[in-house]
Amino acid sequence: MAATKSYVRFDWLMIFMYIALVAMGWINIYSASLSDAAKGFFDFDQIYGKQMIWIGLSIVIIIFVLAIESKFYERFASVIYIVSLVSLVGLFVFGKTIAGATSWYDFGGISIQPSEFVKATTALALAKYVSDIQTDMKDFTYQIGAFIILVLPAILIILQPDPGSALIYAAFVFPLYREGLHGVYLLLGLFTVMLFVSTLAFGAVWVAVGVVILAGILFYRNRKKRPNIIKYVLIVMGAIVFAFSVSYIFNNVFKQHHRDRFNIVLGKEVDARGIGYNTHQSEIAISNGGWLGKGWTQGTQTKGNFVPEQHTDYIFSTVGEEWGFVGSMIVVLLFVALITRIIFRAEKQKNQFGRVYGYSVAAILFFHFFVNIGMVTGIFPTVGIPLPFFSYGGSALWGFTILLFIFVKLDGANYHYA
Amino acid sequence: MRKIVLIALVLISGVLFTARLFYLQVYDASGDSLSQNSAIKVMYDYPQRGYMFDRNGKLLVSNQPSYDVMVIPKDVKPLDTLEFCGLLKITKEEFKEILHKARVYSPRLPSVVLPQLNKADYASLSEKMYKYEGFYIQRRSLREYQVNHSANVMGYIAEVNNAIIDENPYYQMGELIGTAGVEKEYEDVLRGVKGVKYIQKDRFNRDIGPYKEGLYDTLPERGNDVQLTIDAALQKYGQELMIHKRGGIVAIEPSTGEILALITAPSYDPSLLVGRDRSKNFTKLWYDTIGKPLYDRVLMGEYPPGSPFKTLIALVGLHEQVVDTLDKFYCYRGFRYGNRLLGCHSHPTPLAMVGGIANSCNAYFCNVYKRIIDKYPTPQEGIDAWRSDLMSFGLGDFLGYDLPSGKKGNIPTSKYYNKIHDFPAHNWSSLATISNAIGQGEVLLTPMQMANFTAAIANRGYYYTPHIIKNIIGPDTIPQKFKEKHYTTVEQEDFKPVVEGMYQVYQRGTAHSIQIPGIEMCGKTGTAENFTKINGKRVQLTDHSIFIAFAPKDNPKIAIAVFVENGYWGSRWAGRIAGLMIEKYLKGEITRTDMEKYVLEGSLEAEYAKPYSGQPFSINH
Repeated sequence: MAATKSYVRFDWLMIFMYIALVAMGWINIYSASLSDAAKGFFDFDQIYGKQMIWIGLSIVIIIFVLAIESKFYERFASVIYIVSLVSLVGLFVFGKTIAGATSWYDFGGISIQPSEFVKATTALALAKYVSDIQTDMKDFTYQIGAFIILVLPAILIILQPDPGSALIYAAFVFPLYREGLHGVYLLLGLFTVMLFVSTLAFGAVWVAVGVVILAGILFYRNRKKRPNIIKYVLIVMGAIVFAFSVSYIFNNVFKQHHRDRFNIVLGKEVDARGIGYNTHQSEIAISNGGWLGKGWTQGTQTKGNFVPEQHTDYIFSTVGEEWGFVGSMIVVLLFVALITRIIFRAEKQKNQFGRVYGYSVAAILFFHFFVNIGMVTGIFPTVGIPLPFFSYGGSALWGFTILLFIFVKLDGANYHYA
Repeated sequence: MRKIVLIALVLISGVLFTARLFYLQVYDASGDSLSQNSAIKVMYDYPQRGYMFDRNGKLLVSNQPSYDVMVIPKDVKPLDTLEFCGLLKITKEEFKEILHKARVYSPRLPSVVLPQLNKADYASLSEKMYKYEGFYIQRRSLREYQVNHSANVMGYIAEVNNAIIDENPYYQMGELIGTAGVEKEYEDVLRGVKGVKYIQKDRFNRDIGPYKEGLYDTLPERGNDVQLTIDAALQKYGQELMIHKRGGIVAIEPSTGEILALITAPSYDPSLLVGRDRSKNFTKLWYDTIGKPLYDRVLMGEYPPGSPFKTLIALVGLHEQVVDTLDKFYCYRGFRYGNRLLGCHSHPTPLAMVGGIANSCNAYFCNVYKRIIDKYPTPQEGIDAWRSDLMSFGLGDFLGYDLPSGKKGNIPTSKYYNKIHDFPAHNWSSLATISNAIGQGEVLLTPMQMANFTAAIANRGYYYTPHIIKNIIGPDTIPQKFKEKHYTTVEQEDFKPVVEGMYQVYQRGTAHSIQIPGIEMCGKTGTAENFTKINGKRVQLTDHSIFIAFAPKDNPKIAIAVFVENGYWGSRWAGRIAGLMIEKYLKGEITRTDMEKYVLEGSLEAEYAKPYSGQPFSINH
């Protein structure tokens, strides 16, 4: 009897961590966007008021996602994926351009950014493809297949252009590696991301010089192992060709507003007062926090709006200033705990589909977390992507909510079968 | 391996962020102070600076409001430039230039358009100010001098420089600090405590309200007023007497050490260093390297004391018991030693102590001096014993008075003579230093030190550290050190013959010509040789005219030292001026109007022009 009853146990730990992050996010958005014009907590003209609406709608979305039969996601993964790709393509016709990127649909005042949802649909499609009985990730043909699933949305997103969001697709290398992809691809993926970012940041010539020097050093250090010189030359050549094609596409194929968008994401444009202004202000804000922070809505850099984009990509600097080391650590630990929990649950999945999907969720969240906080604390170069559940924005919040709760549902179904 | 890579990366990034956050927030929390926070503007509310009064309660300096016209360039709307320039009393071109500079400095921050308007200009401007958007008037407080003298006593205030800011965190760029005189010495008392307001700024540097609703803000505290020991009337009179002369007057009340007058000449009107022309005037005073009006001669000038120093030789002689009051010495138109002569003027001979002082006999004091030094087995010990006696009169070192400038003067040590005579290769004797006996040679005193030892003689053996502060109003106190007696090494009874000698100077000696009816004065004239360098050549100039005195003889009320550069003999200028000052102070009116006329009308400008004339010139006539 029990086996057929649709009794589902959700992983409440994950859900609580999600609620905690979203709530903390709103509290900090409130502080970062507070202005004299504000008329209380429920002023829906204000950014924090809108975020409250997005959070409210998230609850509706969660109920929907959890209500749908978990088999649905596996069965219709391909359809959902294709529909989502169409939504990306549709942008080129119907899209709205904000800050140089045509990433938005405008539904009567509410803007929807499809790329935030495509992460989830790509994860579903990839899970479906990899978990297919025939698929073997050690087989080159299937590697190509998986690669195409990832690269299609990435290319469509780069063309918007929104390189930051496209970069996230590199995260899928982790679930693939888990499923048997050779370790070299992991390094290759990392290497490609680095090449891509540094080409845009420093130019193809310097990257080529750097690659040659790096290869030379590696070759010299391994000389006793009689390294294959042809392999080295091929890799260096490949890297240089990649760098120059990125550079060529950037400079010759893209139009100026595309380039502007890249530069915004890479922190070249927003730096009205010189390279590193954002990061510098963000670091000052975080430093101001000390052990316990200045207290909610008391951050001086936050109040003075010194950190641009503080309610979106730089929201963590508010945490740092107003809640101090202790508050920042709570947020960092929550993310680490949530991602770890997802990986832990992914390993527990009875079917491969659930496991690949879970890994994809963990990898995507990790990438966002790592790149965003690395940027805000000034360890990494500026790449403008949001902090999941925290940053302001309906599409991002809904996208991450759907991404996570599909896994909560899949995971719950596992309990059910157990 | 495949199961742990992602988890490992997650944990590593957690550790990495923990370390980074710890570094930023806990380890390197240098930016975490209100004043260094770029998002907080610190605004100061300046208190009124304390007033100064003279010993009789007459107001010397107060404050006046001053008005700066300010502009925030980005708020400026099109205006009737011609009318506005008319109100500001500047040309259209000047106005454009000022506005351009302000815009270059910052479009959002205030700049000064026209500093320190006077009240009249302010009145006419303030009515129309509403018409000129972006411009406003900022009120400041400036010094307002009620007197045109005593600039050297009161000193002045100026903007702090970088060295002061580094040294004392109280001060910020552009603030004012006392930089000379009482303004400097009693800066902490006069300035009060500025109030602080913390203002939250946004990234355009605009104010968006008080930080934490003013939790850390403080109110300004007004500075304390001070009462000075100087007598404004005496100070004013002394300054008038010194017109067209260079030098100074120091008058001290012997029973307290209070400085009654402290006059340096030439001086300047203190109001010159206030207001819009301050900088121009200061530059003018600063570059007057001949008259040196900013140089306080009575505190900074080290002069050979000349004959007044003989009173100290007599006192030290008595203390060292090398001479008796009645011992007489012959004067052979001077003091002969070896084949040399230290000359003297004509007077009766031989003379004992009272006569020696009254006639200022050089031979008498050379003999006494020689006996002092030769009392000891070696001239080195002799010089040092003599020196330590003199130092008990406040010579050869800073006196410790409460004004920020001063010199030690010079009472030479045995080490000094050893060095110039290349001892022990060459020996030297008391005769090598014989000029010291008559206040010439290596001995140098500031006029302040001369006034102080005169006060010590007036007190018959002690002095109070001279001071300019009579009362800090509020705490109603002055530093304890000004209430302590400093005893000289010379015993009280040894002062009797010296005081008598000084009385005879006035009665029938070198200063008999300045006698004033009803005033019992003890004095000593001085005529000091002095030299300058013209084109690297040592040239003798007309002697300095020096006079020290106290009065009345018993229970003295005033001790005075007057120094007139190149004034020739002591009673000619210094003696007359001292007499007039004493009479003015004791009686409040002048009976010797002939003497007053002589001094007020007399000028030494021709004398001072001589070394700069480029022509050969004669001296002492």
